[in-house]
Amino acid sequence: MKRADKIENKRIFKSTTTALSEVRQFVEDNALSFGFGEKEVSEITLAVDEACTNVIKHAYQSDPNFEFEVRITAGGIEFQVVVRDWGAGFKPEEVPVPNIKGKIGRHKAGGLGIFLMRKLMDSVEFQGRETMNEVRLIRYLKNEPKP
Amino acid sequence: MNEFKVLTRDSGNAVVMDLHGFLDAHTAPDLEKTFAELIGKGKFNIVVNFDALNYISSAGLGVFMAYIDEVRGNHGDIKLANMQQKVFNVFDLLGFPFLYEIYKDQDEALKKFNSQ
Repeated sequence: MKRADKIENKRIFKSTTTALSEVRQFVEDNALSFGFGEKEVSEITLAVDEACTNVIKHAYQSDPNFEFEVRITAGGIEFQVVVRDWGAGFKPEEVPVPNIKGKIGRHKAGGLGIFLMRKLMDSVEFQGRETMNEVRLIRYLKNEPKP
Repeated sequence: MNEFKVLTRDSGNAVVMDLHGFLDAHTAPDLEKTFAELIGKGKFNIVVNFDALNYISSAGLGVFMAYIDEVRGNHGDIKLANMQQKVFNVFDLLGFPFLYEIYKDQDEALKKFNSQ
């Protein structure tokens, strides 16, 4: 398969957890065509799943009447995914780094998703505007892809 | 849509939970339900067989965290086995190997229970 040098793709998804598998497929297809290996593709896909899960559960409280957008732009060595919603904003700086031991026994795993996103991607930025929230996830191609 | 299935079977004094497919925020409630049912029946020796699990996100990891305290409080344990590398990597990133017993093979995990 010929590698895509430049990618600009956008899709809108319903705010329901059933959309997560479609999101993963969308991200996987694009990351593969940009030249990432299997391990990197699964890491990028997981990070985006976590971002979208946060949108569905927290920004929209799992109300399927809302929608969110996943936009992928890639060029050079940079693969960027922006997840955008128009729901309730949140302050990522107020989400503590999870202490797994401290969380055990509680029926909430809050904070794990953000922690994973930061571990898996080269850059994760949250931006809250007046009516819109964005998470920008970036991963760089470390090795030259095979021709 | 990516499917998820969880099946349980008795093995000695333990229960094996076989996970199949994709464990995310959509499917995690199915796993939660299975844990709640086992615990409700007083089954606290649990081996989770990850052999056919292709994917896990933090929503799935959260389920294991939610029940471990109650299970250990009843002198049982949740032992994890047969993880594919990509699934293990997610557990590893969050430090699970320090808090859970993770085995390459489910028989090793079962032996631990059966020798108790």
